[in-house]
Amino acid sequence: MVQLSSTLLYIAFVLYLIGTFFFGGTIRDKKEGRKTTRWATIGIVITIVGFISQLGYFITRWMAAGHAPVSNLFEFTTFFGMMLVAAFIIIYFIYKTAILGVFTLPVALLVIAYASMFPREITPLIPALQSDWLKIHVTTAAAGEAILAVSFAAGLIYLIRVVDQSKPSKRTFWLEFVLFCLITTLGFVGVSSAFAIADYEAKFQWIDKNGKKTEAIYELPALVGPHKGTLEKESKDRLQPLVEMPAVINAKKLNTVIWSLFGGAVLYVLLRLVLRKRVAAAIQPFVKNVNLDLTDEISYRAVAIGFPVFTLGALIFAMIWAQIAWTRFWGWDPKEVWALITWLFYAAFLHLRLSRGWHGEKSAWLAVIGFAIIMFNLVAVNLVIAGLHSYAGS
Amino acid sequence: MEQVKCECGHVNPYGTAFCEACGKPLEEVEKPLLDMRYEGSARRSQTYNKTVIDKIWNFFSSVKVGVWLIVITLIASAIGTIFPQKMYLPPNVTPAQYYEDEYGWAGKLYYELGFDNLYGSWWYMLLIALIGVSLVICSLDRVIPLYRALNNQGVTRHDAFLRRQRLFSATKIEDARLLEAIKERLAKRRYHIREENGNILAEKGRFSRWGPYVNHIGLIIFLIGAMLRFVPGMYVDKVLWIREGETKEIPGTNGEYFLKNEKFTFETYQKGKENAVFNAAIDRVGSGMVAKTYETKAVLYKRVGPVIAGEEPKLKKIKEYKIRVNEPLKYDHYALYQVDFKLNELKSMSFALIDKQTSKSFGMITVDLLQPKESYDLGNGYRVELLSYFPDFYFDDDGNPNTKSRVPNNPAFVFKMYAPDKPKGEVSFVAIRQTIEPFGNNKYKMAFAGIDTRNVSALTVRRDFTLWVLGIGGAVFMIGLIQGMYWNHRRIWLKQTNGEVWLAAHTNKNWFGLKREIQAVIDGTGITMPIDQAEIAKKAQGGDEHGTA
Repeated sequence: MVQLSSTLLYIAFVLYLIGTFFFGGTIRDKKEGRKTTRWATIGIVITIVGFISQLGYFITRWMAAGHAPVSNLFEFTTFFGMMLVAAFIIIYFIYKTAILGVFTLPVALLVIAYASMFPREITPLIPALQSDWLKIHVTTAAAGEAILAVSFAAGLIYLIRVVDQSKPSKRTFWLEFVLFCLITTLGFVGVSSAFAIADYEAKFQWIDKNGKKTEAIYELPALVGPHKGTLEKESKDRLQPLVEMPAVINAKKLNTVIWSLFGGAVLYVLLRLVLRKRVAAAIQPFVKNVNLDLTDEISYRAVAIGFPVFTLGALIFAMIWAQIAWTRFWGWDPKEVWALITWLFYAAFLHLRLSRGWHGEKSAWLAVIGFAIIMFNLVAVNLVIAGLHSYAGS
Repeated sequence: MEQVKCECGHVNPYGTAFCEACGKPLEEVEKPLLDMRYEGSARRSQTYNKTVIDKIWNFFSSVKVGVWLIVITLIASAIGTIFPQKMYLPPNVTPAQYYEDEYGWAGKLYYELGFDNLYGSWWYMLLIALIGVSLVICSLDRVIPLYRALNNQGVTRHDAFLRRQRLFSATKIEDARLLEAIKERLAKRRYHIREENGNILAEKGRFSRWGPYVNHIGLIIFLIGAMLRFVPGMYVDKVLWIREGETKEIPGTNGEYFLKNEKFTFETYQKGKENAVFNAAIDRVGSGMVAKTYETKAVLYKRVGPVIAGEEPKLKKIKEYKIRVNEPLKYDHYALYQVDFKLNELKSMSFALIDKQTSKSFGMITVDLLQPKESYDLGNGYRVELLSYFPDFYFDDDGNPNTKSRVPNNPAFVFKMYAPDKPKGEVSFVAIRQTIEPFGNNKYKMAFAGIDTRNVSALTVRRDFTLWVLGIGGAVFMIGLIQGMYWNHRRIWLKQTNGEVWLAAHTNKNWFGLKREIQAVIDGTGITMPIDQAEIAKKAQGGDEHGTA
């Protein structure tokens, strides 16, 4: 069952990848308007088959584990990717826009690839998670975030289309920055997978901030080493750290961040060398036939649909569960606060749009920032600001 | 203030932008399109600006101010997550010291700025309160005139009103019966249709216009619920530490309820005992490292009869329940939650009185560590007296033995041992792994013979009468949000003038959907599809379509 489950996820991943190329094929059709082309039809069919396959992964894993597979960072992030695809499929059938697939599916692919960098075993539930609210709260919250993420994809298309690439400006800089972040995720996945395939492991003895001897296992070569760290015997031939960190800094996580940035930078520089222009400038011709008003509408519509779902899942259901499990509905835990921040942000987005007329480019930038906040909550709050929600493990 | 009478005869409040009934613009506006946002209604904030009250009202009624308040709250909230808040610090640390030790100068600054208790600070509360005020004033400023305007709207609209709608078309038409077909189709699409002199107003989803105000009411109810917490009697939050076998009064219940802890169980996931799919995960962190269950087997009692000081209460058993995380014991608005525990607290210690030389034992005593007896008779003339007892022993600054607390974490005893050959007794100081003989060499000794332990469970006692208010607030908010977000208010006007049919349409959002609907309704009738005047205007401005619409 577990094996079948993993295989289904793998199939889904490959199908999304193929689906992306088919949606990409629609770009060559110069025809204006919303008439669906053969390429787009094949693309959406492949995407739906991929989605069904991933649903199969979800159900079989649920059966194997006996609880909804949303209980650790791998499972949650994978589910988020699945919801992203589901949200895309729904929006596709409302608006019939193939170009959205070219941007949403790669984001979903990145999310799933990122997820698989975390421990993938089926974990037993700790007492706090043994509740029906696990599936109710987590799935609704993830669905809400995924719908909001579609708004980011649409916003990104809008920005790539409208930002003037003829001269460098603040707008070109930040747009490149957004793309660089996406590429860095790819860098993280690439570097982690490469060393995982090579079975790299370096064991360190180090002294933590309480002066205790501790062991740390690096899966990436240690550019920055732990405090007073020495390689253990079996790892003698591994890379000696170039710099040693003080005890208060988690050197292992910092090392991963450095490697990801490094991988991202290498990819980005290579891209720039090949393209000989900004990455956004290189993509721009592909989106020149995009109907801007429609893109803007999709971006807004996704927020309009996603905001209530997010509120229900990430705040209301969260509060009900917190009251049952932690005795209080609200406790200013970092994850709770960041859900509130996300909610406040999209509330501001809607007010700016509805009452102050922030349409078009301004709205698109806000959609990008909103997604950045969601990703911060998913990545940084789990890994860096550990609180009650830090089910992330290492 | 004087009212404005329109040529159609409708009397509008002062400050109205275009007539509530017929839509004729009352103030000359430059822009080609009408600003339909609040139906051109006279909002107090846009009309008066003389007195202090006007100024305050206008300040809070501004969405710009509201958004700024949201953004400031958002940033403040984010700052509060940089370092852990005071309530999440480990117990027994001084915050000032902790922040500096853990996070260096940044932590020190964080503490000195008061960010260690950011969410409880006066200024954070003030921000939330200001948002609350803004919610009320913004809503009142808009909802009343909007209601008036939508309630008073007429079917026959002024030409200028129709021509200045975003979607507009005029079609020369011979046969006005075509309108009947359109009417039918509109009705099929659940439009509410009003007719007057052959003109049509088709409207649907007006209730979605109230969505924002409904959700704001929900938020206000929620904020009131949050404030009720500070009303005495609304909220009980106590902790009850209870040992296995103990029966204790439940704090916060005014002596009404008692709880007995029959057994506390702590379980972990063990390799081999669980579903095999968990093996890999258990291996990674180690068998027995992941918690599986925290459970207190409890019995709830209620006091019967009046409270009499100094007398044992009479108790009536109410129910037995296994309190677990996620499964609190609930009764009479009280809830008891499993929150903490302490395993293997010392319960009693046993000692044997022995002859140091021969190791011969003359009997055994067991000291209850919570309520120790003072004297233990071993028979045959052997007797032990407990002179002093230190449950949580340490040497104080003067070098004397003392106790830190009444919890038996590190018990120490001063025994006086009587034997037939030592009628005056020998004094011995006994602590864990340590025996001191203060008055020289003793013949006898209290030899450690064993311990008995038990578990202690910590339960949170909670009663919260604010929950239902918060629940209603949350429900109303969700209803309002869905009402406003998942429906939209669409209106289509059809007017016959001089052998032409004018079609204009407006929606509060989702123009794309409205256009598709109009297309379907007029399909085959010969009526021209309305053009989007906003798009045309943008294109005319110079090609690049981005920016505000």
